[in-house]
Amino acid sequence: MADTRIEEQEAAGHPARPHGGRHPSPKEYIRIAVILAAITAAEVVVYYVEGVQEFLVPILFLFSALKFALVVLWFMHLKFDSKTYARFFVLGLAGALTLYLVVLLTFRVWS
Amino acid sequence: MATLAQPAEHAATDHADTSTGLPNAKLAIWLFLASDCLLFGALISTYVLYRNASAVGPFPSDVFDIPYTSVSSFVLLASSLTMVLALAALQRGDVARSRVWLLATAMLGMTFVGGQVYEFTVFVEEGLSLSTNMFGTSFYVLTGFHGAHVTVGVIMLLTLVALSFGGRITPERSETVELVGLYWHFVDIVWIAIFTIVYLIPTNPPAAGA
Repeated sequence: MADTRIEEQEAAGHPARPHGGRHPSPKEYIRIAVILAAITAAEVVVYYVEGVQEFLVPILFLFSALKFALVVLWFMHLKFDSKTYARFFVLGLAGALTLYLVVLLTFRVWS
Repeated sequence: MATLAQPAEHAATDHADTSTGLPNAKLAIWLFLASDCLLFGALISTYVLYRNASAVGPFPSDVFDIPYTSVSSFVLLASSLTMVLALAALQRGDVARSRVWLLATAMLGMTFVGGQVYEFTVFVEEGLSLSTNMFGTSFYVLTGFHGAHVTVGVIMLLTLVALSFGGRITPERSETVELVGLYWHFVDIVWIAIFTIVYLIPTNPPAAGA
């Protein structure tokens, strides 16, 4: 199976890596960076638009989550590497989110 | 030393030297990043908790300059691109180009840190110090920790460039660059969260009589 994947990678123009899946090509990286820049620009625009202030927080969180996912999946290669790395990271992330929610709920930040 | 049966997902990631089939250094950096998530989770929670708890100003809306911080965000995002281009160049065997991209990443990182130092200086001139109010304390601790992480990243990048000139960063040892890259991208995703939560999400106005 490993050999087949490596052959597929080489056929697709991506160099085979000794201990990791296919990494994106420079063109893919640039495409992701352009999308990230566009989302950041959209975040700033939305911040100044009067009509969407009611939904500003969920929109900003959505944009932020999109950017986060793009960097983690493509630039940090979690989409392509072993799932073990993803499990470690998701564990830490889940811990951080739990900590965040527990602290804010304990101190009734939303009340 | 493939003695243990491995799940199918590890099949393409065999690493001869470890029992997991994965490089230990890469597992270690992912564990470190997971623990760093908790650190920044605590710092961001603290900021959200205290940003509206100040009895005296300046308040966030008095000092934040969104266009300026947006440019800083673009700089850090651009540095993530140059970082992955450095790794891709090294994996292709183009050491010289990899060195250029690494240097570009370090320069962008230094630009970001310089921008943060300038921002802090302006805030202090406007009367917001570490001990002025709860907002100031939680803001400086959170963004200061992030800035310290970026500074450590810049030092690692410049070390990689120096090692590269000494012939110690080769395509066969691209994992070293990949590990520093993972740290660098982590710093970027932390900033993605900080930019939204600290700068863009509006704060409640101070209570009357506070």
